[in-house]
Amino acid sequence: MKEASPAKAYALHLGVIALLFALNFVLPEYHHGLLARIMVLAVFAMGYNMLFGYVGLLSLGHAMFFSAGLYGAGLAVIHLGWSVPAAFAAGLACGALLALVIGVLALRTSGVAFMIVTMMFAQVFYLMILYFASWTGGDQGLVVPQSARVLVFGSTSLSLTNPTMRYMSALVLFSIVLLVTLAVVRSRYGRVLVAIRENEERTKMLGYDTFSNKLAAVVVSGTICAASGAAYALLFGYVGSTFASVQYSILPLLWVLLGGAATTLGPLIGTLFMYYVVDITSGYTSAYLLIVGIALILLVLFFPKGILGTIRQRWLGWLP
Amino acid sequence: MHFGPHLLLAALEGLVTSAVLALTALGLSLVFGVMRVVNVAHGEFFMLGAVLAWAISTAISGHPALGFLTALVLAPLIVGLIALVAERLVLRRLNYNPEATIVATIGMLYIIQQLALTFYGPEARPVEPPFSHRILLPWFGYSGYKLSIIAASALLLLATWFVLTRTKIGLVMRATQYDSETAQAFGIPVDRVYAGVFALGAMLAAVAAVLIVPISQAHYLMGQDPLLLSFIVVIIGGLGSLRGTVVAAVLIGLSDGIISVFFSPTLAKIIATMLVAMVLVFRPHGLFGTASR
Repeated sequence: MKEASPAKAYALHLGVIALLFALNFVLPEYHHGLLARIMVLAVFAMGYNMLFGYVGLLSLGHAMFFSAGLYGAGLAVIHLGWSVPAAFAAGLACGALLALVIGVLALRTSGVAFMIVTMMFAQVFYLMILYFASWTGGDQGLVVPQSARVLVFGSTSLSLTNPTMRYMSALVLFSIVLLVTLAVVRSRYGRVLVAIRENEERTKMLGYDTFSNKLAAVVVSGTICAASGAAYALLFGYVGSTFASVQYSILPLLWVLLGGAATTLGPLIGTLFMYYVVDITSGYTSAYLLIVGIALILLVLFFPKGILGTIRQRWLGWLP
Repeated sequence: MHFGPHLLLAALEGLVTSAVLALTALGLSLVFGVMRVVNVAHGEFFMLGAVLAWAISTAISGHPALGFLTALVLAPLIVGLIALVAERLVLRRLNYNPEATIVATIGMLYIIQQLALTFYGPEARPVEPPFSHRILLPWFGYSGYKLSIIAASALLLLATWFVLTRTKIGLVMRATQYDSETAQAFGIPVDRVYAGVFALGAMLAAVAAVLIVPISQAHYLMGQDPLLLSFIVVIIGGLGSLRGTVVAAVLIGLSDGIISVFFSPTLAKIIATMLVAMVLVFRPHGLFGTASR
C-alpha cells in the first residue's frame, strides 16, 4: 500500500459526495428513487467491506446484521410507536449487540469454518423471523406506516416519504459512513486490521491483540450494516424476511468483489453497477439470478480485485 | 395410534431421510475431504438429479419401473458430466483456493437454479414410484418403496466404502487427500483425481435425489434443505470422514424425523442449526473427526 496524500483522498471523496448531491436536482424521478436505494444498500456493502476487505474475514451471514437493523427499527416503530431517530438508534443497537455476540462465537473459528458458522447463525436468525411470525409478519413482512415515517424538529415535521427528503437522508447516511470508513482505514487501527489480513501470526507476534481487534471490526461492520437496514426500513417502509435470507448475505459480497475489496469507494461502484445491470437486463429477461451467478464466477476468475482494485493496481496507487 | 407405533412411524420416516441424507452428505464430504473445496452448489446437483429423473421418466412410456431405472442410471451420469465440465472450466482455474471456490460455487448455484426455473418451470412435479407394494405392519401399512430406498442407500454406501478402502482408485484418492503434493510426486494424476472426485460427489447427490423423488416431488428450489442438512451432517461427522458422515446422517435424519413429528419443523430446524453452529465453534473438527494437519 502506497502512502497516500490525505488531501487528494479527501478531495476525491468529497467530490463523490458533491456529485451525488448535484444528481438530486437533475435525475429523472425513476433513477432518483433507484439511486436513493442504491446509496442505502451501498452502506450495507461498505459495512461488509470493512470486515471482508480490510480484515480478510469472509462472512456469509451479514444479512442478519442488515435485518437486525431493519427489524430493530421497523418493529420499534410498528409495535412500540417510537419516533424515527429513536427507532434508528434501536436498529443500530440491535445490530451492534448481535455483532458482538456473533463475533465472540464465530471468531473462535477461521477460514472456511468462519464462513459456514456465520451462514448458520444467519440461517437461525432468518428462521426465527419466520417462527415469530405474529410479531415479524413472517415471510409476508410488515409495512411501516407512512404516518410514522416523519422527522420532527420542534414545530416543523419532514416526511421521509417525500422523494427529495428520502434522497437527502440516504445521502447523509452514505456520506457519514463513507467518511468514517475513510478515517478508520487511514488510522492506526485500520493498519492493524490490514496487518491481520496479511499475516495474523506475525501481527500477534508483534504484540497486537488480534482477537479484540477482529472483534471490534465485526462490531463496527455489523453496526454499519444495521444502520443500512434501519435506514431501509424507515425510508422505504418495508420490513420483510427476504432481507434476512442467504441471498442478502451473498449480495454485499458480490457488490464488494465487483467494486473492489479494500477500497473505500468500491462498495458504491459495485452496488451501482450491479443494480443497473439487473435493472437493464430485467427489461429483457426475468432471469436476474443467472446474471448474478455468471458475474460472481467471472469476477473470481478474471477480476479478483474488482473494478477499483484493478484501477488502483494499474494506474492510481494512491486510491484509498 | 398409540405412542409406540407413532414413534416407530417417525423413526421409519427418519431412516428414509437418513438414507438419502447420508448419500448426499457423503458427496459433499468427499469433495471437501479430497479437494478442500466447500461446494455450495451441491444442493443444486441434487435438484438437477430429481429434475432429470422427472424428465427421463416422462419421456419413457411403459411400466413406471422402466422409466425410473433408466433415470437412476442416466440422471447421475448427466449430472456427473455437468459437474465435470464446471470443475474443468472454473474450479481448476482457481487452483482450488478455498475462498474463491466458495464464491464460484455460489455463482454455480444461482446459474443452475435459474436455468432449472427457466427450462423446467416453478411447478413441483411427481415421479411415479417403480412399485407401490405396501408392507403391512400390525399397526399400519408402510410403503415398500420407502424401505427399498433405505436398502439401496445402504448398498451404495457399502460400495463407496469398498471402492475407497479396497481398490486402487480408492488408494489414489486417499493418497491425494492425505498429501496432494507428495501424491503428485509419486506420479498420481492429482488433477484428474480432483475432476473425478468432484463428478463423483455430484453423482452421489443426484442418485440420492432420484431415489427420493418418487416420494417427494421435483422442484427447482428443492436443493436448499439437502444442502444445509448435508453441511450439518458433514460438520457433525467431521469434515472428510466417511464413518462419521454415515453415523451423523443417521443421527440427524432420525432426530429430524422424530422432532418434526412432535414439534414444529421450523423450531426443529432452528434448534438443529444452532446446535451445529455451536459444535463448529467449540469442536471445529466435528464429533468424530480428527484434527486436520
